[in-house]
Order: sequence, then C-alpha cells, then structure tokens
Amino acid sequence: MTQTRVMKDTLATSPRVVALNGASLVAEAIRQTDPDVVAAYPITPQTILMEAFSQMVADGRVRTELVTVESEHAAMSVLIGACAAGARVQSATSGAGLAFMWELLWCASGMRLPIVMHLVSRSLSAPLNILGDHSDVMGARDTGWVQLFAEDGQEAYDNALQAVRIAEHPEVLLPVMSAQDGFSISHSVERAEVLPDELVRSFIGTYAPAHSLLDIERPATFGANDDRQFFALHKRQQYEAMERALGVVSAVGQEYGDLTGRSYGLLEAYRLKDAELAVVLMGSAAGAARAAVDKLRAARVPAGLLKLRLYRPFPAAAVAQALAGKRAVAALDRSAIFGAQGGALFLDVCSALATHGAAPRMLSYVYGLGGRDTVPSHVEQVFRDLEAVAREEPALPAQRFLGLD
Amino acid sequence: MPLNLRELSAKEDLLAPGHRLCAGCTESIVVRQVLLAIQEPVVVACATGCLEIGTSPFPFTSWRVPWIHVAFENAAAVISGVETAQRSLVRQGKLPDRPVRFLAFGGDGATYDIGLQWLSGALERGHHFTYICLNNEAYMNTGIQRSSATPRGGWTTTSPVGKVIPGKREPRKDITAIMAAHNIPYVAQATPHGWKDLMTKVRKAVAVDGPSFINVLSPCTRGWRHELDEGIELSKLAVDTCIWPLFEVESGVWKLSHRPSRKKPILEWIKSQGRFSHLLRPENQHLVEELQVEVDHDWEKLLRRCDAGGPL
Ligand SMILES: Cc1ncc(C[n+]2csc(CCOP(=O)(O)OP(=O)(O)O)c2C)c(N)n1
Repeated sequence: MTQTRVMKDTLATSPRVVALNGASLVAEAIRQTDPDVVAAYPITPQTILMEAFSQMVADGRVRTELVTVESEHAAMSVLIGACAAGARVQSATSGAGLAFMWELLWCASGMRLPIVMHLVSRSLSAPLNILGDHSDVMGARDTGWVQLFAEDGQEAYDNALQAVRIAEHPEVLLPVMSAQDGFSISHSVERAEVLPDELVRSFIGTYAPAHSLLDIERPATFGANDDRQFFALHKRQQYEAMERALGVVSAVGQEYGDLTGRSYGLLEAYRLKDAELAVVLMGSAAGAARAAVDKLRAARVPAGLLKLRLYRPFPAAAVAQALAGKRAVAALDRSAIFGAQGGALFLDVCSALATHGAAPRMLSYVYGLGGRDTVPSHVEQVFRDLEAVAREEPALPAQRFLGLD
Repeated sequence: MPLNLRELSAKEDLLAPGHRLCAGCTESIVVRQVLLAIQEPVVVACATGCLEIGTSPFPFTSWRVPWIHVAFENAAAVISGVETAQRSLVRQGKLPDRPVRFLAFGGDGATYDIGLQWLSGALERGHHFTYICLNNEAYMNTGIQRSSATPRGGWTTTSPVGKVIPGKREPRKDITAIMAAHNIPYVAQATPHGWKDLMTKVRKAVAVDGPSFINVLSPCTRGWRHELDEGIELSKLAVDTCIWPLFEVESGVWKLSHRPSRKKPILEWIKSQGRFSHLLRPENQHLVEELQVEVDHDWEKLLRRCDAGGPL
C-alpha cells in the first residue's frame, strides 16, 4: 500500500525504473495508451502480453473494452470495425496468428485505418515451432503496414507508444506493427524506464478521426469496391502515405527523445562511420553484433553495424547514406525467402545501394530461425567472410545460413 | 410507427434506387423492408457478395446509413467491433448515449459456410446486433456455385447435372437451428413475400438485449432460373410447400409463424424453377420422392419443436 502511494506521488514527474520482460513492458504501454477497444486471441509467445493486459482490464486500470475473440482473423475484423467507428484500437499476436490475419492486413491498410498491433515475432509452421524468428513479420512486409523493430524491451515499449502517433498522423493514417522478438525480448527481464501516465497521455493526445461509422448524421460508406479506373489510383495514394511515414517516424522519434532523453531515428549506426565492413540487421541480435564489432575493432578489423528500426517504409536513402563507401556489406535476415537470392532485408539493402549508386560486395545470411541462438562469434564469422570477399576472394554461396555452414 | 403500408410508404427508403443488383433480385427488397422496419438509427456491415458489390461501386453508394464492408467471411466480427466501439465510447462519455441498431447482412455462402466461425463467435460473445442472412441458396455473386444452403438435387455450376451425377447430392445445412442452439434471444426464418411477418420479426430482433439472427429466403432469378417477376411468388410457394417454414425462436421457445392451409406438394416447387428441371426426368422420379420425404420429416420435426398441436 505505502509503496504504491509513494510511486503515485512520483509518477507525474519522473520515469519509473522497472525490471520487466518485453511482453509486460508492452502491456504497460497498452495500459498507458488506454485504447477504446482491444481484441486479441492467444498464441505463444504473445500470450503473456495479453494475459497481463487482461488482468489490467479485470482490475479496472483501463477504460478499454477487451474483446476476447474466437480467432486472430476475428480480432483484426473487430479492430477494423471498431477503428472505422472512431475508436482507438490495438491488438497483439505472433506467428500463425499474424498469418491468419493476412487477408485483413491488406483491408486495414487499404481502408487507411490507424490500427496498432504489437507483434511478438515467431516462426511459421511447418515444422511447428513456437520460438522467435521474423518469418511472420516478413510475411506481412508488403501488406501496407508500417513496421517497427525493437532491439530490447525498452525499445519495444518506446515503439509501442510512438506507434499510436505514427498511425494516427493525418499525413499517414496507416496501421502500424510494432515488433519485438519472441522470447529473446518478450520473455527476458531487463531494466527499463516507464514514463509517467500523464506524459504518455499528453504525448499521444486524443484521437479525432475525420470520418466515423458512428457519425449517424453524416452516413459514410467504408470499403466500397473499385473498378479498374479507381483501384490503382487508391493504391498509389496508399503508397504515397507510406512514403510520408518516413518523415513522420523521424519527427515522432525526435519528439519522443525531447520528452524522454531517448531519441529514435529510422536506423542506428554503431561504429559505422569509419568502418569498411558492415553488418545490417534488425531486432535483438543487434546486441551480439555490437559485441562482435567491439571485439574486432580491438583487433583493428574495420567492422561496423547498421541496425534498422524501421523496415516499412524502407528507409532506402538513409541506408544507402550510412553504407556509402563500405567495401563489403552483409545483411542478416531472421527469415528465409525460399528460392530467392537472399533474405528480404538483404534484397532491400541491395536495391537501396544499387539505386543510390553504391556497389559494395554483398553477402546474405539467414540466422536465428525457430529460436536458434545467435552469439557474437557467429557475427564475427560474418565479418571474416566480409574481409575475404573484400579481398576479392572467390564468391561465397548466395545464401548462407549462419551457424549452419 | 405502426407497420402499415400508408405509414411505411411515407418513410424514406434508406437503400437508394439505382443500385446494380439484377432486375428481379429479391435481396434489395429484403434490405429495404429491414431498413424500413427499424425505427432507430442503424449501422450496417455487409459481407462480400451480390448485395455488397451491387450497392457500393466507388464513387457511388446506395446506402443512406453508415455502412462498412471488409471481407467475405467476417461481417459478424466487423459489426461486433462497431458495436463494441459504440459501447466503449459511450461508457467513456466520448459519444452521446443514444440507441443505435447494428446490422450485418451476409449471403448464405457468407453465413452457412465461410463465415460460420465468425458468426458463432460474435453470437457467443453476446454483442447487441442483428445478423440477416440473405439466403439465395448458392454463391450467386461468383456465378452460382453450390453452398451448404443449396437444396439436394439443385443444379449449380459446381454441382452441375451430368451423365452420372444429378445435381447437388447433400441436403441443406439447418443453419437456423444451429443459430438457435447458441441460445441467443431471438432467431427467425422469413421471406420477402410475407413483408409484415418479416418486418415484425426485424423489430423484435433489434429490440432484444443481445444478438439476433434472421434467415430470409431470397429468390434469385439467375441462379434459380425463374422469370424476373416471380421472386415474390416463389418465396410464398416455398412457405406453402413447407420447404421454407416461417417460424421464430424467442428466448428458446420455438413458435410457428404461419401454417399453410394446404401443404402443397414439393413437385410444385421443383416445377417452378429451372435449377430443378432435371428432376422431372423419369429416371430422377425417386429423387423427387426422397425430397418429399425429407421435407415432410423436417416439417414434422419443426411442428414437434413448436409443439403446435392446436390451430395457429
Ligand atoms: C476469402 C474469400 N473467398 C472467396 C471469395 C470469393 N467470393 C466472393 S462473393 C462469393 C460468394 C457469395 O455468395 P453468398 O454469400 O451466398 O452471397 P450472394 O452473392 O449469393 O448474395 C465468393 C465465393 C472471397 N471474396 N473471399
């Protein structure tokens, strides 16, 4: 009792330092943003997130209507209906749950609904595997959702709050998927700072959509059908909104930094400026990569790291600029594209570099599938391969599997 | 407002003329009756299908009420989201508290087949909405494919009449009973010819505190192969042959809405539509007899359920 009172007194002014796992931190972010409607369906590793949030609902700590649907497809259906009705809405899912929603991910973005979804990423069957990788997120990379990646629980929490602002920005009006790696982030307890509720409330502001199904006096039709004359025009508008999201993600990340001291851009470079060899990746493996870079730098290997925070829209210009002049670059994907010349991130990095006139030697690695550990020595191996190709040694196979080759 | 033609004809039609449904389609007739019956503001969710395609070709809309379409299978889940938003926003004081009725329309494909899970889930959760199945007994929008509402023996493009198979081989799914088994406050069957019956049922359905379901037989000139002006007559014939009885289930109590003064033989139903024409061939005589047995059996079962011993 005393403890909670003390906490309440300090809440308004300073952040709370907590030791929580990524799932609980995002549950806390959902509580603080207090959505009007949340709909979700259980799937590992998302379960602990929704269990924590359900308890918050049961304890009356939010004003949210929680809809415990019969499937993820229904969760997204409920959110689309509720969002079109003017409600602020969120969900959370993983792996097969996101795959089951796939049809509706396109509906949500095509209808320009600012839905926020927290993803605790997981592999896709078969074989069945409940552990973390990015197959689910990458399966949704072309669905028109803004996609944010987190390196740890703190970033997952910070992204969750910023997602609301990005989605609802009038220049954007697109759904946002905020991903954290299953288990390695969601179930790992870390030190993190949680903002005061009041600060979150003022940061996200109130939601006032221009059109709503519940605006009875001004009846509007949502989800009309387009013939060949209009469909492509609407899709181009959607593409342009996605491009505008680049600037909005930066601006919101900056504003968030001014409030909290933790600024966010589109990407994060680590010892990259004077590096000749670079690794590009997203998510929790950045920690292992940083350790590898430090070790190699100590041995005078010119290694550097580029961690992407925003994957869709792809920050091509920023990536090309960060990698300009590098001799060799490896992209590390935590999912595979069967039959392609590399993973999704690899292909995006290649096209960014090619269209911006840079031509380093490129290598593609798939790592961490189905929860497989990625440790600093794996990333060191990548840098040694980069050294070799930078010396024009014989080309390596187009697609390498980190730790398996 | 009383349900009489003078009052109703003075009310604004909430489905505008100029939509693109086929000439002779009964779906628009049903929708107009439904919207005329309801006295409160409504919000509509529509499944993919004839009604949706025919009424929302961008940049036009036939809907003078707030309307949403998302996909084929999920209209019940979508409207449950709209209803939840209303409840949440009103409870928080973000919206004024006033009665709004939430409707979902789906074809038999959307209802009996692909959308059954979403519908069942929304009923179980107890959202306050009314689901109306526009049952034309096949997937008409995509070109008359069979659904689990297609009657046994019926021709469709995916249950065609061939040298060895005489149309659809399986009987219809009894979706109305499945809906009633959810123990929701109101379930009914109706047809467009019985407009007063249909509209009374709609008023009851939207008034209950919880989900409700009405299955409306909606003759389709293209799929059933009948003349453009026969849809309403056919919906009456369906009731008179007892292939589509009118009944309601109010708080679990089954009640017959209409008992035909003379139960017409199923042969009259079969003769009235081209989709059954092959059943009139001598070699298919036994199928007609089997269908009659099926209809009689279902009718007796319904009567037992309604416990309709005395005159109705
Ligand atoms: C997931 C999915 N599968 C299939 C379709 C194709 N489809 C659109 S409408 C339709 C049939 C609609 O039939 P029904 O629900 O009976 O309504 P009707 O058009 O007959 O009124 C089908 C199969 C679709 N849109 N979405």
